Amino acid sequence: MHDFELVKPASVAEAVAALGAEGAQALSGGQTLLPSMKQRLAAPERLVSLGDIAEMKGVCLGDRGLAVGGATPHAVVAREAKAHYPALAWLAGEIGDPSVRARGTIGGSLANNDPAACYPAAALGSGATIVTDRREIAADAFFQGLFTTALEEGEIITSVHFPIPEKAAYMKFAQPASRFALVGVFVAKFADGVRVAITGAGEDGVFRWTEAEAALGADFRPEAVEGLALSAGGMLGDMHGAPAYRANLVKVLTRRAVAAA
Amino acid sequence: MKVTMTVNGKAMSAETEGRTLLSSFLREGLGLTGTHVGCDTTQCGACTVHVDGQPVKSCTVLAQDVAGRSVTTIEGMANKDGSLSVIQQAFQDHHGLQCGFCTPGMVMISAALLSEKPNPTEEEVRHYLKGNICRCTGYHNIVKAVMAASGADSQKLAAE
Ligand SMILES: Cc1cc2nc3c(=O)[nH]c(=O)nc-3n(C[C@H](O)[C@H](O)[C@H](O)COP(=O)(O)OP(=O)(O)OC[C@H]3O[C@@H](n4cnc5c(N)ncnc54)[C@H](O)[C@@H]3O)c2cc1C
Ligand code: FES
Ligand code: FES
Repeated sequence: MHDFELVKPASVAEAVAALGAEGAQALSGGQTLLPSMKQRLAAPERLVSLGDIAEMKGVCLGDRGLAVGGATPHAVVAREAKAHYPALAWLAGEIGDPSVRARGTIGGSLANNDPAACYPAAALGSGATIVTDRREIAADAFFQGLFTTALEEGEIITSVHFPIPEKAAYMKFAQPASRFALVGVFVAKFADGVRVAITGAGEDGVFRWTEAEAALGADFRPEAVEGLALSAGGMLGDMHGAPAYRANLVKVLTRRAVAAA
Repeated sequence: MKVTMTVNGKAMSAETEGRTLLSSFLREGLGLTGTHVGCDTTQCGACTVHVDGQPVKSCTVLAQDVAGRSVTTIEGMANKDGSLSVIQQAFQDHHGLQCGFCTPGMVMISAALLSEKPNPTEEEVRHYLKGNICRCTGYHNIVKAVMAASGADSQKLAAE
């Protein structure tokens, strides 16, 4: 790892100012960024730690649903969201392992937008709003392809607002070595419709399976997706699963998620 | 930059660079080599320590980022009189180690589990230990040791 300067601002405003410098990058839990710096895939000159910013931490229920601070670790979401949004809490509690969950944060996960990450499925599946230091971004507009988001240079996710569905569930088929999702399906049923978000499978990262949303909107039972077929075109393929395998897994996990919701 | 943190109850300091990992701070800065570095890629858990009571992989935490915090390592796990703690003794009694390389991390993650959940089921133990890899034991005896340390009757556990 190349050396760098670490700065530890105490507020969002200070962090944004510190990120204005050439070669500066945000550091949250470091569970993705530090390994990639060790591999020299990233070499920032300055890391701006978000870990000491109290206003970016915690889970709280408000009139817009559940608000999760951008620097809230997965372990805290797993514990504190349980009473309000059990599917979200369960998802957070299945990320990686306890040590990764103690450090890794929701903001880091969404900003990174790994095609196999879990939180993007929850955000897109819930129709969440991503709040940054300068604006609000709907989840539908936030994810823009592999490791790509709507965030601008130096923009910080300060919180994420999750509308709470009537019913929801996340099903994850974990890749046993990485513990990321080989395929993950987040299903959420709201009064005005159903959302189905798929991670781990799409070539462009997380996406909504709109045919399943329509079918489940009309009939919220596992059988409702029986007749649908997701094309293997546009699916990821690697040594762990071919595109056709992933397409099938999406359907299997969608059925299971509906049954569990 | 000089960094100070409370390590196993005592204030300790060492010089660091921005990139100094908590694992290097402990091993090279303070000479506490009980914390092992296996993979250095956040996969194996050999480097697990506690920061403010939470388990972390110390190879993936910057020392300066946890300056001033309270860290517990394997060197802080024995009883005050030097005898093995309940968890350490259970690993010995149940043959929860062979080469011992993963053991510091296994003991630290097990201690975190038992402080969070004093009476875990076998399934909960396996789930919690997922991020800690052992290439020797095949895990059954590690799970047995953790169950025994929790006070459960470990004889009832899965075959070896
Ligand atoms: C062994 C292991 C297993 C894992 N398993 C899973 C899994 O099953 N599912 C899963 O989803 N993830 C998994 N992860 C990834 C984990 O969830 C990471 O914590 C997460 O992807 C990144 O969060 P972080 O807080 O660590 O971010 P960092 O590593 O600190 O940062 C990641 C990126 O986001 C940027 N960033 C960080 N915070 C913000 C912010 N608030 N605003 C804007 N940009 C920001 C950084 O600049 C960097 O580019 C795993 C990781 C490991 C090491
Ligand atoms: S050495 Fe830190 S996880 Fe392997
Ligand atoms: S005892 Fe050898 S790696 Fe676990």
